[in-house]
Amino acid sequence: MRAYWAVVSARLRMLLQYRAVALAGFGTQVFWGLIRVMIFDAFYRSTNAPQPMTYEDVVTYVWLGQAFLVLILWGVESDIRQMIRSGTVAYELLRPLDLYTFWFSRSLATRSAPMLLRAVPMFVVAGLCFGMRPPPSLAFAVLWVIATVGALFLACALTTLLSISLFWTISGEGLARIVPSLVAILSGMIVPLPLFPDWARDALDFLPFRGLVDVPFRIYLGHIPLEEIAPLLFHQAMWTAAIVLLGRWMLARGARRLVVQGG
Amino acid sequence: MSLIAVENLVKTFRVAEHAPGMWGALRGVLRRRYRTVRALDGISFSVEPGELVGYIGPNGAGKSTTVKILAGILVPDSGRCEVLGRVPWKERIATVSRIGVVFGQRTQLWWDLPVIESFDLLGDIYRVPKANYRRARDELVALLDLEPLLDVPVRQLSLGQRMRCDIAASLLHAPSLLYLDEPTIGLDAVLKPAVREFLLRLNRERGVTVILTTHDMDDIEALCTRVIVIGQGRILSDGALEDLRARVTRERWLIVDLVDADGEIADPDAAMMRREGYRVHLRFDPDRISAAALINRITARHAVRDLFVQNPPIEEIIARLYGKSWQ
Repeated sequence: MRAYWAVVSARLRMLLQYRAVALAGFGTQVFWGLIRVMIFDAFYRSTNAPQPMTYEDVVTYVWLGQAFLVLILWGVESDIRQMIRSGTVAYELLRPLDLYTFWFSRSLATRSAPMLLRAVPMFVVAGLCFGMRPPPSLAFAVLWVIATVGALFLACALTTLLSISLFWTISGEGLARIVPSLVAILSGMIVPLPLFPDWARDALDFLPFRGLVDVPFRIYLGHIPLEEIAPLLFHQAMWTAAIVLLGRWMLARGARRLVVQGG
Repeated sequence: MSLIAVENLVKTFRVAEHAPGMWGALRGVLRRRYRTVRALDGISFSVEPGELVGYIGPNGAGKSTTVKILAGILVPDSGRCEVLGRVPWKERIATVSRIGVVFGQRTQLWWDLPVIESFDLLGDIYRVPKANYRRARDELVALLDLEPLLDVPVRQLSLGQRMRCDIAASLLHAPSLLYLDEPTIGLDAVLKPAVREFLLRLNRERGVTVILTTHDMDDIEALCTRVIVIGQGRILSDGALEDLRARVTRERWLIVDLVDADGEIADPDAAMMRREGYRVHLRFDPDRISAAALINRITARHAVRDLFVQNPPIEEIIARLYGKSWQ
């Protein structure tokens, strides 16, 4: 564990140095957040039919989305792409580490550093100025934290899988473009899943992506009854485990190809 | 028991072949042709603990393929290989935690981190006990004079500074075996001998076994007692540097500085290789004429300012060895 923790913490420290990037990212996200709030504002004004989420909930949901955008906004890990392209990925095997855990740790740091840097100021700014509300009770707040950590692990499992897929696609350009947009929709980042038509709900509820956004955000809003939360966290954990196993299996095959065919 | 035992190692790569032009590209989509390249064609050698071995050959000879197999990151097609009593690719993690690797062309340090943090991180990755780590680190910092570099991010280091840090990084976990790939690349004339001296001490005092691949023949001459020469996937020669010399050519060189700028030296037993102003380079076969006799004859006939006898440099020997094996 010590080895992998060291990888995470070194990378965290490195990423936390990039304050200018965080600040620019923060500015952009405030801007986009305002635009999204205006769109929902227009939508709620134009309808009289009762909606599955109140306008106030949607506003808070939007700002949560801006705070935790890194949970879905990912392409492939850029230094892994670099290594696979140049063939130097073989040298990763020189470390006395399990390669999957090594890459997963790296991804954990890459996700969590910007998440911390952006979420905290976003809560302050959106809470004070843009009508973002706190969770309805302490129980929801605690469960939300748990679900967010779960979402972080799920996001890391997915990004690690995406990085591993580079063994076959090499450039990763295509995937790096398609996957984030798909995940943004399927996770509920663009439009909250309760606002989707009923025919789409079954599929969306089954897919892993709701565990990234829909589950933690709606727990925060108190939109999910307490007794229904455990099965959702279980859904999130099971998908994470399944994707980790798939990633390990693919990496074993990819690394075999590499060590048999050469870097 | 040998530290490294390699027997009949064969490794082939499949390389996709593309016919040139548009037509070729289209045909390649339908049916891809592969050419098999034999990177290693039955290599056998063994290395005893404490040896300092030079492993040399031209680009594409199979040097780095061998090193990758020994480090467990490449699986051979056939043959046996044991490093530190283990089959490297079957027990990769156990094997790599006891070897150190330096690639002159690429760094193993973290580009954005200060050197000292890369060191700390490596100490954790190799699970070195804290006290041992601190001792090893302080010793290496002192020996390689790294103190002023420790707080500098790696990307700001010059090639020579980075190289020294990389060498230190490869030794933090006190490996018993060290692979060095072009370790003196980018070092200036002052640092090169210092690094060589360091490697020699490491080998003599701590008994670290070193395998060195390099294009710098001075490294070989200064460091290696044994040289393995590889070409086209086969071992062309394996033995002491002196034996290699003796096998390839007995020839010696006589360099003469004449008083007269355009003086000619014509001697039946010595051939002129080239001349640079006053300086004439001759080669002779010591079996036909002794150095003393040749010098006597030349000084008797010509006005000589200075002269000295020399062995052909190792580059020359290797070049001839390749020449021979390819004929």
